[in-house]
Amino acid sequence: MIKNINFVSKFKKANFFSIVFFILSIIFISFKGLNYGIDFKGGTLIELRTEKTVEAYSIRNSLSTMDLGDINVKKFGKEGDFLVKVEQKNTTNNNLIPEIKEKLTNNLNSAVDFRRVENVGPKVSSELLESSVIAISLALAAMLFYIWVRFEWQFSVGSIIALFHDVVITLGIFSVLSLEINLSIIAAVLTIVGYSMNDTVVIYDRIRENLFKYTKISISDISNLSINETLSRTIITSATTLLALVSIYILGGEILRGFSFAMILGVIIGTYSSIFVASPILKFFKVSYKTLEKEEEKIVP
Amino acid sequence: MLNFSKINVIIIYLIFFFISIFSLLNLQTTDKTFLEKKVNLGLDLQGGSYLLLEINSDSLVEEKIQSKVIPLKKLLKDNGLNYQDFKIKNKNLSFKIDDISKFDLLFFSKKNNLVNPYIENYRSFELDYQKKKDNYVEVLFSKYGLLTINNAALKQSIEIVRRRIDDVGTKEPTILQRGDKRILVELPGLKDPERIKNLLGKTAQLNFRLVSENSEFGVDELISETGEILKISKRIVMSGENLIDAQPSIQNQQNEPTVSFTLDRLGAQKFGRATTDNVGKRLAIVLDGKIISAPNINEPITSGKGMISGNFTFQQATDLALLLRSGALPTPLDIVEERTVGPDLGEDSIKSGVTSLIVGFILVIIFMFYKYRVFGLVANIALIANLLMLVGVLTILEATLTLPGIAGIILTVGMAVDANVLIFERIKEELKTEKSVIHAFDTGYSKAKITVLDANITTLIAAIILFAFGSGPVKGFAITLGIGIVTTLFTAYFLARHLTSIIVLRDNNKDVKIS
Repeated sequence: MIKNINFVSKFKKANFFSIVFFILSIIFISFKGLNYGIDFKGGTLIELRTEKTVEAYSIRNSLSTMDLGDINVKKFGKEGDFLVKVEQKNTTNNNLIPEIKEKLTNNLNSAVDFRRVENVGPKVSSELLESSVIAISLALAAMLFYIWVRFEWQFSVGSIIALFHDVVITLGIFSVLSLEINLSIIAAVLTIVGYSMNDTVVIYDRIRENLFKYTKISISDISNLSINETLSRTIITSATTLLALVSIYILGGEILRGFSFAMILGVIIGTYSSIFVASPILKFFKVSYKTLEKEEEKIVP
Repeated sequence: MLNFSKINVIIIYLIFFFISIFSLLNLQTTDKTFLEKKVNLGLDLQGGSYLLLEINSDSLVEEKIQSKVIPLKKLLKDNGLNYQDFKIKNKNLSFKIDDISKFDLLFFSKKNNLVNPYIENYRSFELDYQKKKDNYVEVLFSKYGLLTINNAALKQSIEIVRRRIDDVGTKEPTILQRGDKRILVELPGLKDPERIKNLLGKTAQLNFRLVSENSEFGVDELISETGEILKISKRIVMSGENLIDAQPSIQNQQNEPTVSFTLDRLGAQKFGRATTDNVGKRLAIVLDGKIISAPNINEPITSGKGMISGNFTFQQATDLALLLRSGALPTPLDIVEERTVGPDLGEDSIKSGVTSLIVGFILVIIFMFYKYRVFGLVANIALIANLLMLVGVLTILEATLTLPGIAGIILTVGMAVDANVLIFERIKEELKTEKSVIHAFDTGYSKAKITVLDANITTLIAAIILFAFGSGPVKGFAITLGIGIVTTLFTAYFLARHLTSIIVLRDNNKDVKIS
């Protein structure tokens, strides 16, 4: 199967869309903000199961008298399963959980089973946020360095811009949909970073190879050729990864749902960005056979 | 790239079998085999509690600075230094002194300095002072003095936390120091986390103090268990340190749960003297600043045995006895992070995790077979080998498998085929221009090698950084992802390549097709 799709002709349109989405994402992240989970905001999360059928609002009502700050109740999976999030103003109360349990059991007239309780103090949550930001920044820096060592700086800038594009748009979609950002989403974002980089490297590798092979052809045509040559690999790998991820999304249970959703978004955006973001940047920098040669000379005088 | 020497083949398969055989250890149900290695299940999968406790040394520092008052005054007096306006503030002692230079010499003397000992480890004194205006000085703990107090309190707290948890009898608890202020406690399979939280949340400082209207030491007003306000002397007759044992018991007459305790020799002496001198008075039993009960002293108690009553339920008596046995915490502990998962949720998580793993795995295998036929089979065998090795390495490391860890395995399944896809696609391209099939496979493998390495190393970087900076669940994910990358490289470049070479060399010069 010989593919010869003219990607380069679509670069302009794609770049326009990318920039629009990128800016929209930044607007949403800065004005609507991200829906931080208790990992980063502090507070209490309770996953509970009631014996009798109960409505979410009756849980909210019975807790609202306890002066707990913001209360968020939503259905979670099966009938009778709820996820309760409490802002918890005074963090020193070590007896909070049993008090909530007693209150609910009395008010709802039903046995209540606390299946999962997470309680993160304000100090710990700000530390977790800090270390997550450090982790993502370090991962980006380490990869930038690796690409810079393996390729030339133009490639490294291109791949990092592609990565930023992926991470920002994924977070933007999370902001638009008000999906919760917690520790496992950070893990997902870092994996997206790895995956997107992986994809970009494969195409860059081929571009570099072709630049040496066809010294007379312009970077646009080289990009186009390289993208086409690696296209079936790009599609097959995205397909197998998505198969695995969709399987987690549908069957992996509620706790992994946000994680796998972020990953699915990331894989799709990452695949798109290696073709439509990372490659045009090389064109922008007017990378040619000569750029590579100059660098070679520098390294091997 | 397709030629393997016999010795290479043997080494490759030996490595594969050696590592993957460990994965089988997880199937054993008994513990009595020669190797007890197993992948541990994380708290999110088997249920249990994770607690992060933080010591709060503020009150301890206040207490310690107060204990410096008498020796410091003595030092000044003995050396003829005049001081005025001596004040005990929260964390420092402030006073006015005439001869600061002489005070400085005394204060920082390395020989027999009882007030301000020199800490060899840190090359620093325990205390420091600051000059204020009008010849005032403020004595306070130095940076290393505070560190010493903090470290000692943390060590002691860990010891006491361990005693309390062991006493409750949970299986395989993990108690570790985290940073310089925190204690991490992991309690797998715990049924009632609230009880443990209750036990760890109490400092359990027990005092026996006389009820008296006025005392030369001053009095505290505390509310007794019956609601009356009692004036209690600040002088401590005896404290919990002198207890060597405490047990819950039932007092026969009223059938009331009580705690009976046994004192050490010194405690028995103190207690005996105090009860002999104060027959007829009331003795308040104070726990963490609250009166449990304040019984009358009917007769001297010299046996070193006593009993605490206070309208307990039997559970309360049991817990109080446990707290008294394990000793008091030097500082209060705050629970700054808690994650508890019930056992049935853990089971549900394993079930859904494993189901999605199997389904994802089967989908990928079908897809690969559809795309590449014979070579799809090769990639699939490599994938299965990959999983076996991944679980094998996790077993060797006795790593902890968490729910995100399972997600990491599934992701590895999806991404592992990438190496083989890269190689096969490359070979396809080579086959277009190359006449010799063997040659095409050979160059395909060597040309794809750099790309495969580059691509995987970038993901490996992400995994390593996740492992280094991530906490709890994220770490579990990073471990499986990272090991998955390494096993992927091994299976693609050694196992799958060898299998491919067998097929290609067997069908020598015939038409070998990929897909």
